[in-house]
Amino acid sequence: MRILLDGFTKSFGPMTVIDKMTLEIRDGEMLALLGPSGCGKSTTLFAICGIHKISAGRILFGDRDVTNVASQQRNVGVVFQSYALYPHMTVAENIAFPLEVKKLKAAEIKRQVDQMAELVHIEELMKRRPAELSGGQQQRVALARALVRKPDVLLLDEPLANLDSKLRLEMRSEIRRLQLATGITAILVTHDQVEAMSMCDRIAIMNAGEIVQIATPGEMYRNPRTEFVAGFLGNPPIAFLHGVATSGGFASVGGEAIALPASVPLPPPGSKLTLGIRPEHFGPTGNIPIRGRISFIETQGRENLYDVTLPSGSMLRSIQPLRGDVALNEEIEWSIAGDRILVFDEHGTRL
Amino acid sequence: MTSNFRAWPVVLALSIVSAPLVLMYVYLLVDTVTSTAPGSLIPYEFTLRHWTFLWTPVPGRPDIWRVALNTLVFATASSAIVLSLSSTAGYVLSRLNVPFRRFFLAGVMVLHAFPSVTLIVAIFLVLQMVGLYNSLAGVILVKAALDMPLGIWIMKGFYDTVPWEIEMAGIQDGASRFTVWRRLVLPQVRPALLALGLFAFLSGWSEFILPQVLAPDNRVQVLSVYLAGLIADDNNFDMALFKSVGVFYVVPVILLFLFFQKHLMNIYGGGTKG
Repeated sequence: MRILLDGFTKSFGPMTVIDKMTLEIRDGEMLALLGPSGCGKSTTLFAICGIHKISAGRILFGDRDVTNVASQQRNVGVVFQSYALYPHMTVAENIAFPLEVKKLKAAEIKRQVDQMAELVHIEELMKRRPAELSGGQQQRVALARALVRKPDVLLLDEPLANLDSKLRLEMRSEIRRLQLATGITAILVTHDQVEAMSMCDRIAIMNAGEIVQIATPGEMYRNPRTEFVAGFLGNPPIAFLHGVATSGGFASVGGEAIALPASVPLPPPGSKLTLGIRPEHFGPTGNIPIRGRISFIETQGRENLYDVTLPSGSMLRSIQPLRGDVALNEEIEWSIAGDRILVFDEHGTRL
Repeated sequence: MTSNFRAWPVVLALSIVSAPLVLMYVYLLVDTVTSTAPGSLIPYEFTLRHWTFLWTPVPGRPDIWRVALNTLVFATASSAIVLSLSSTAGYVLSRLNVPFRRFFLAGVMVLHAFPSVTLIVAIFLVLQMVGLYNSLAGVILVKAALDMPLGIWIMKGFYDTVPWEIEMAGIQDGASRFTVWRRLVLPQVRPALLALGLFAFLSGWSEFILPQVLAPDNRVQVLSVYLAGLIADDNNFDMALFKSVGVFYVVPVILLFLFFQKHLMNIYGGGTKG
């Protein structure tokens, strides 16, 4: 079901956390609300599920205006960060609870619970209590409980934050599989860009109560609208060089001159600029050579990450396939792929 | 087991210190089934004479079983009232955004700290006026009311530890606030309910001053008042009878403790783990 936040505003007392936000989630889409802590993404989530009353604006589920509809009548499934399983109930009772509240017949409840258990692969855990489950299993139960009442929208609040890294990988694809299998509209709230990029159709990146950009993960990575977005996406992260515009190029604070491709519309010389250079666009191949010293090498297995300190003290990162011919503190001359440089003005807006 | 000091001196010291206490309990039990010459410590005969109050009422006193039943009704009813009202009021104060919440919280605290004996004359007058003087119902209501502030405070403390997410999840699952409370939150505070219920029951079982003043009549007498009557009776002073009734009075308490000890120890075992 299509979800629309129209002019959504939320204030806590005199403080307005979110001001006139508009966000559309398409039918059957999985959208990530990505942003740092305190950016308002959880507030948005709570507004959609009805736990917070919104201060102004409208919320639409399909064509139905649910702005003043109580949580219970909204038909929203939520998976909480702590899973919020009911500790005194078995797994089966946990999943059955939403149906019992609806006063379905026992046989019907049993059928739907079993069906859901099969879908999330927890058939053999039905008699256990939450305390007897691992984190990943609890997560599956929470998903089953949220999905069993066939909600219009599934909300996931940092669902992977409490899992260890291996399980996180597994549950990432598992949640996506379930979302695709059920065709449900889903919203994932996360501060982890990898989760957002790997699980979702589109990402809405938030900062200080505003949506900075909405795009598909690939588009957002390639074509970030602001310095904030560029810095938030990408692992290892993008490196920034601060400096000023010169005629036809850029001079860093420390004095490196970098010629920029003509495709970038440069502001008048002397204006402040920031260059964003992703690690994969700096290496042995490229068209803008730059000298530096290797100040750190991080082995990641398939690749190595090199921190290169420029003479001015600024730092660039380079990620390259394993190579044995460079050592720490070695002076190198690598090149930047000039057409991939992201240029931002002094307000952080992409040029 | 290795230990950095010897155990036996400690055990010995503790034994000596607690010996008088143990002796007292021993004599309490021994004296109820024996007769001892005045001034002597060694009993000279075994007898069940002191326990005859169980089947023949002591002259001028109500039937002991009637009194025991009164006590049971008194303790059960007052603890039931305390439990049901504290479990709801505690939830409201912990979770719901009610007007004057802070005022109520402070009020409950003040009431708890208030020495209830000072109220007894006023309560006596009120009961007299509404016609509940010398009735079990009246004294039950008073007892419950006086125990309630502590109960509410304890329950509020336990509700505070129940994660909000459980309630949010319940709401999202479509349950009303009342269903959430009854089916999801209440089970989380079960250890507290059990402990508070037991506490209120024992408090009712041992309550003396309220029934003594507000319901002294033979019809509605409770065990503590009965016992006090025995010792206050200068004409037929019977130490052994007093002790026997005392044992009769305390046995249910000991049984309760034996039975619920585990639950009382487990009081902090509930709740969810993040």
